[in-house]
Amino acid sequence: MSLKQRLVPYWLLGPGLLWLLFFFVVPMYFMGELALYSGSLTSPDGFQFTWAFENFPDALSGHEQQIFRSFFYAGTATLLALLISYPLAYAIAFRAGRFKTLMLFAVVAPFFTTYLIRTIAWKTILSDDSPVVSVLQTLSLTPGDGRVLATSGAVIAGLTYNFLPFMILPLYANLERLDLRLVEAAKDLYSSSRTAFLKVTLPLTMPGIVAGVLLTFIPAFGDYINAQLLGGTGQSMIGNVIQSLYLNQRDYPEAAALSFLMMALILAVVLLYIRFAGTEAFMGDEDDAEAAR
Amino acid sequence: MSAPARAWAWLRRNALPIYAALAVAYMLIPIVVVAVFSFGDTPKGKLTFALDNGFTLEYWRTMLDIPELNDALLTSVRLAAFATVISTAIGTAMAIALVRHRFPGKRLSNLLIVIPMATPEVVIGAALLSMFIYYTFALGFTTLLIAHVMFSISFVVVVVRSRLIGFDRNLEEAAADLGASPLTTFRTVTLPLLAPGIVSAALLAFALSIDDFVISNFNSGTTVTFPLYVYGVSLRGIPVQVNALATLLFLVAVVAVALVLFQQRRAERMAAVRPEAEAGGPIPLPGTAAAQ
Repeated sequence: MSLKQRLVPYWLLGPGLLWLLFFFVVPMYFMGELALYSGSLTSPDGFQFTWAFENFPDALSGHEQQIFRSFFYAGTATLLALLISYPLAYAIAFRAGRFKTLMLFAVVAPFFTTYLIRTIAWKTILSDDSPVVSVLQTLSLTPGDGRVLATSGAVIAGLTYNFLPFMILPLYANLERLDLRLVEAAKDLYSSSRTAFLKVTLPLTMPGIVAGVLLTFIPAFGDYINAQLLGGTGQSMIGNVIQSLYLNQRDYPEAAALSFLMMALILAVVLLYIRFAGTEAFMGDEDDAEAAR
Repeated sequence: MSAPARAWAWLRRNALPIYAALAVAYMLIPIVVVAVFSFGDTPKGKLTFALDNGFTLEYWRTMLDIPELNDALLTSVRLAAFATVISTAIGTAMAIALVRHRFPGKRLSNLLIVIPMATPEVVIGAALLSMFIYYTFALGFTTLLIAHVMFSISFVVVVVRSRLIGFDRNLEEAAADLGASPLTTFRTVTLPLLAPGIVSAALLAFALSIDDFVISNFNSGTTVTFPLYVYGVSLRGIPVQVNALATLLFLVAVVAVALVLFQQRRAERMAAVRPEAEAGGPIPLPGTAAAQ
């Protein structure tokens, strides 16, 4: 192959990789650097670069509650999303018949309305005079004051709803490729439906489950819209803190330190995942790519 | 068998479809609420279920009577259009390189494309803002465009890539055998066959851009996009016109996607694209072509 031919992929990739380098990787570097500044916007010297590593522990202390809530809310929402999605994805893959396309369409339909408007709609649905809330009150499922808005439950419900498609789609893609003959074979060998599910279906769809969990947990962990619109003062998450430190208090170093730590945590999880499972959860099947060449 | 026992047996047999129908209804609830409330004759912007005054077409009629809303919508459409064109062009080229070529640095390139998709939006927004602060770069339309292209690229690559993987290379070889130059082959065979993938990628990029709030909130300066406008007014009460507009946008998106789907089906029937390659249903999203 001539040099010119060998350079072709780089010419094709160049603009995109440069864009990602300059506007994704380099900003991460600046965020890291900003995290080491000290001073404040109002002080005479403004911000100064002083290798202020104490920003990192400082950013964590005082926000333990928000950090805990982020893990707890995102974790619960991911679990709920998995429990809701698995049977639905199974039904779409095997039982939907001619309604398959329509159901897939319904699953992604929420994406056609603005995320904010969807969440505001939930705010309406969970507002004090809504019929949904009075039903919950009748069933004694609401806390003491009978309100649903501004509770942890409302935030978790919002997170679950908003990131549900990110769980359903990878599960569906995985289930659709499941060879049902393997399940039949298990049953022919006298396993109960339950055993067949636990020993055949579940292990074979584990890649889809892991991909869905990752794709749901990460955005839910960083989210602050649900906590802001559906929660009250006692429901703020780590995203709310970062947002407020950057945009309202303008305490850039502490804000940068906090979001840098969040990025580091997520990067570690994602890289660990990619090491074991490859990039296909995000990019599609690598084997197909090899075969196509 | 008694009637209740029969009903119970029927329920057990159809539990899964019934559950699926309920779950799908749950997905659609907020959309229905937005649509119904756009006709509700309620006091301006008040979140309430008291639809005592009945229904009205007033807010659909006056949909375009709020200047700030119009400006925001126009800004969003312009921004999304620019971001779509740039990210689709760049992303398509990247997808071609990744599927069609073997080269050193491929794994690293894949990683660089994947990581932004797995990064929480708040971190992307914060990082970009950190850089813009460092260079005291004025926030506004340009910084928004930079950000929107950045987060759309990866999704474009994923969508076009899944289309390329199911691509029958024999068709290109046939064209070459019949004496077509590489450029003619690309223009008359590759591009038309790739078109449905590129169109879905562009639609996705447009949708991502017009929907984005978090990253835009960090990098907008004084520029107001549609989601930023909605956020701003949500603190004091949203004009009902926003509901009407959101419903209209939803319908437009549904029609656009239905048309693309229809076109793709036709193209697939006409060309010998491996059917299993259309990995995850109609709307390509991250994880659609998920792991096996």
